[in-house]
Amino acid sequence: MNEAPEPPPASGPIRFSSRRLRAMMAKEFAQIVRDPSTFLIALAMPLLLLFLFGYAVSLDTQGTRVAVVVEDSSAPALALSGAYAASPYFHTLPMRNRAEARHLMVSSQISAIIVIPQDFGKDLHDGRLPEIQIVTDGSQPNTATFVASHAQGVFQSWAANEGMPGMLDKAPQIELSPRFWYNPALKSRNFLVPGSIAVVMTMIGTLLTALVVAREWERGTMEALLATPLSMAEFVASKILPYYLLALASMSLCTVIGVAIFGLPFRGSLLALYVIASAFLMPALGLGLFISSATKNQFVASQMALLSSFLPTFLLSGFVYEISSMPVWIQAITYAVPARYLIPSLQTLFLTGDIWGHFLPNIAIMLGFGFLFFFLSFWVTRRSLD
Amino acid sequence: MPQAAPPDTGPDTGQPREVIARATGLVKSFKGAAAPALAGVSMTVEAGTITGLVGPDGAGKTTLIRLLAGLLRPDQGEVAILGQRPAMMLDQLGYMPQRFGLYEDLTVRENLDLYAELRALPREEHEETFARLLEFTDLARFQDRLAGNLSGGMKQKLGLACTLVRTPRLMLLDEPGVGVDPISRRELWAMVQHLTAQGIGILWSTAYLDEAEKCDRVYLLNEGSLLFEGPPGDLTGRAEERVIQVSGFEPRRRRFLTRTLDRPDIMDGTIQGRSVRLLLRDGCDVPTAESFAAGDGTQVAPGVPRFEDGFIEILGGGPRGTSALAENYRTIPRDERPAIEAKGLTRNFGAFTAARDMDFAIPQGQIYGLLGPNGAGKSTTFKMLCGLLTPSEGYGAVAGNDLRRSAAEARASLGYMAQKFSLYGELSVAQNLDFFAGAYNLGRADARRAKEAMIEIFDLGDKLDMNSGALPLGFKQRLALACAVMHQPPVLFLDEPTSGVDPVTRRMFWTHINGLVEKGVTVLVTTHFMDEAEYCDDVSLIYRGEQIATGTPDALKAQAGAITGAADPTMEDAFIALIEASDLDRETNGNLAA
Repeated sequence: MNEAPEPPPASGPIRFSSRRLRAMMAKEFAQIVRDPSTFLIALAMPLLLLFLFGYAVSLDTQGTRVAVVVEDSSAPALALSGAYAASPYFHTLPMRNRAEARHLMVSSQISAIIVIPQDFGKDLHDGRLPEIQIVTDGSQPNTATFVASHAQGVFQSWAANEGMPGMLDKAPQIELSPRFWYNPALKSRNFLVPGSIAVVMTMIGTLLTALVVAREWERGTMEALLATPLSMAEFVASKILPYYLLALASMSLCTVIGVAIFGLPFRGSLLALYVIASAFLMPALGLGLFISSATKNQFVASQMALLSSFLPTFLLSGFVYEISSMPVWIQAITYAVPARYLIPSLQTLFLTGDIWGHFLPNIAIMLGFGFLFFFLSFWVTRRSLD
Repeated sequence: MPQAAPPDTGPDTGQPREVIARATGLVKSFKGAAAPALAGVSMTVEAGTITGLVGPDGAGKTTLIRLLAGLLRPDQGEVAILGQRPAMMLDQLGYMPQRFGLYEDLTVRENLDLYAELRALPREEHEETFARLLEFTDLARFQDRLAGNLSGGMKQKLGLACTLVRTPRLMLLDEPGVGVDPISRRELWAMVQHLTAQGIGILWSTAYLDEAEKCDRVYLLNEGSLLFEGPPGDLTGRAEERVIQVSGFEPRRRRFLTRTLDRPDIMDGTIQGRSVRLLLRDGCDVPTAESFAAGDGTQVAPGVPRFEDGFIEILGGGPRGTSALAENYRTIPRDERPAIEAKGLTRNFGAFTAARDMDFAIPQGQIYGLLGPNGAGKSTTFKMLCGLLTPSEGYGAVAGNDLRRSAAEARASLGYMAQKFSLYGELSVAQNLDFFAGAYNLGRADARRAKEAMIEIFDLGDKLDMNSGALPLGFKQRLALACAVMHQPPVLFLDEPTSGVDPVTRRMFWTHINGLVEKGVTVLVTTHFMDEAEYCDDVSLIYRGEQIATGTPDALKAQAGAITGAADPTMEDAFIALIEASDLDRETNGNLAA
């Protein structure tokens, strides 16, 4: 009678099941749709960034406010002041004395003062080289440099036009006429929009992924999942795939808006666009996964995601600041920022066309980073609460 | 290769049952903790039984359950689920963590769907299984509601349903009763008991000793070690013929208890309405009524021992009756005005009324209890009276200070012990005491005297430099009480002051409170331990934002007895009966209106 009950079959080690993966992904999508913050980051933020960079922020120096103090009433002096007024780079405020101009400069209402001195006309008449004074606001060094060189340029081309004898001697023998290829109007919008695509994909790939995995730990659902036959690979895939798709959708939205509304050229192919974007999403998603597996806390994860992905993408990728003008040791750091390899590729893609010889090395490096981050996250994630 | 399970049967029960889970010599330490969370624990869970895992917070219950579920790896020892490693048997395991593991932004139905898919329930069985589980849990009406919008009790039932989508062999329930009102706890118990009939082995962890009493077998865990294992009756049996009920005495019941607990033959005592329940020391004779010297009316009757008596017995008895804190406390001058007063106190949050028309006046030197399920409006009422929330309507006063006009004065005259003991976890014990002395504006000499007294009374001397966040829960609670009474306030507000604390520490706490009340301090307390309501002079039962019953504990029990016809209802019976009556009332009125 005391027969031992048949030992039940061991369920065995966990094997990958596409059914569990589908269920987890369906859950993830339901959460994406219901969570207003996810929607905000995936849809509202890209739009905000695009319009900000497309309209509000412009790195072009156009219409800089400058005071032009004309102390001389001779005809050439008035003509030069007219030349400044006509320049598209400046919005000039004509003035009679320096004190008034200095006051405006102190209160930051103007960026520079151009002084055409009393004996300007007399010097010119006497065959001496006339001088003007350009005072710039050194508290904004970039603008100051732009304004100084533009102001000088206006003066020189005016002098050349006037056929000034004194100036002609100094005029170069060869005429330089700069031409800017691919972005002939040098519109900063044209390289800022590809840059914002990089930022948007970083936000979705790294920040959102970091948050949603950390949330499972924080809300105690991870504990319940670990007690089901769900494997780590299924769990990771269920987090990566939805946000991969979401990031691609968001990227597509940015591209459509960039081309349709901001008149951005699109000279490459869609295939190249999605291949490059996918390559970039590997390190972005991998980093997000690594952060959340290592911290298990939404607040810490969001801070780390901002510091390790959002800020570098913004500042060190060549998006806003030219890498070649950075100090050498900072340039060295930029090589560790995946977005550094994305942005030149996107700029080439939009402004030039498909140049696979340029894309492929960048894609390879981005995938390399991706593997590294995925390896790290599998290394810190164990199927336990220890 | 996993070995085949040897035929495994339970140890000493008459009828051998299959052992579902077996743990041997488990040791588990966590980084940064001085003592191991588990120090060599062995246990079994048998098919078709409810095994209770009982112990105060921090005893190691959750660690043990996580080891059984394979979520943690033991430092030493072994876990076998049906003879295999836990990781191999995930299909046979149902695990409900403390927070139920539900997705709050999914609906009831979607949560079930998810877990059904994760556990590979065949598609064609979905409808039938869900229908059965929804009926079992009484959630059918709510299947489209987001899990986040369910009440605590309903979440818990859904959590249970999610672990049951495929009938497991082993169910691990980590404190399913915590934070849930007695009604939901009873329903859940009935559901789980129903499952044992299917041969499922259930491990139920709890800090409630009355739940332990109903288990088939109990493991009593304290500080990582087993104090007792066996049928709960064996532990209760240790107190057999040693429990007496004394009634009809003349002095105030608190004074009587204090005096009685100082007797050498009494091990433990609690107040039960107008009478006092005592546990005698082993080998002592039942004392005569005269020996209490408490008037001619004194009667001594034998009492029924409970699991808690056994627990106290095994821990060496409760504290003595005299409270050093009370001895040190100033005597609060008598005042005929009520110490705490609420008249029509109401608080709205938008369209939702969290507390409506609260009415009570607490005379000086009494304990008043607010009871009720979670979310009923206890804390809202409480916060209005300590000046943390402004009432939408009505009048409230503390020590004669109107809450609307002089909230600052009202606050200065009270000591407040918040839920979960609001201490600065990053500050040391000494720094916490210094901070609160400063916050209550004590002079330098007074502060030093008060601090020294608290250290002495609460035995904090060797813990002064420890961060209060790292203290064991019992010490946290003592420190929180010390911080609340340093300025010797005439009124004390205690919000769930004993939750999660072991019974001996709870008794010590009530000894202090009883002593303070005898010095003229007035106490307002919220609690979900129904037996603690017995310490109150008056209680108010709050449900759905309203007072549904008010009176002495004995009166409420009598009222409930009249409803259910039960002879000797406990406070918990009374609670359940009165809430059910209120629900019924509401339903019939609602139906009439419709």
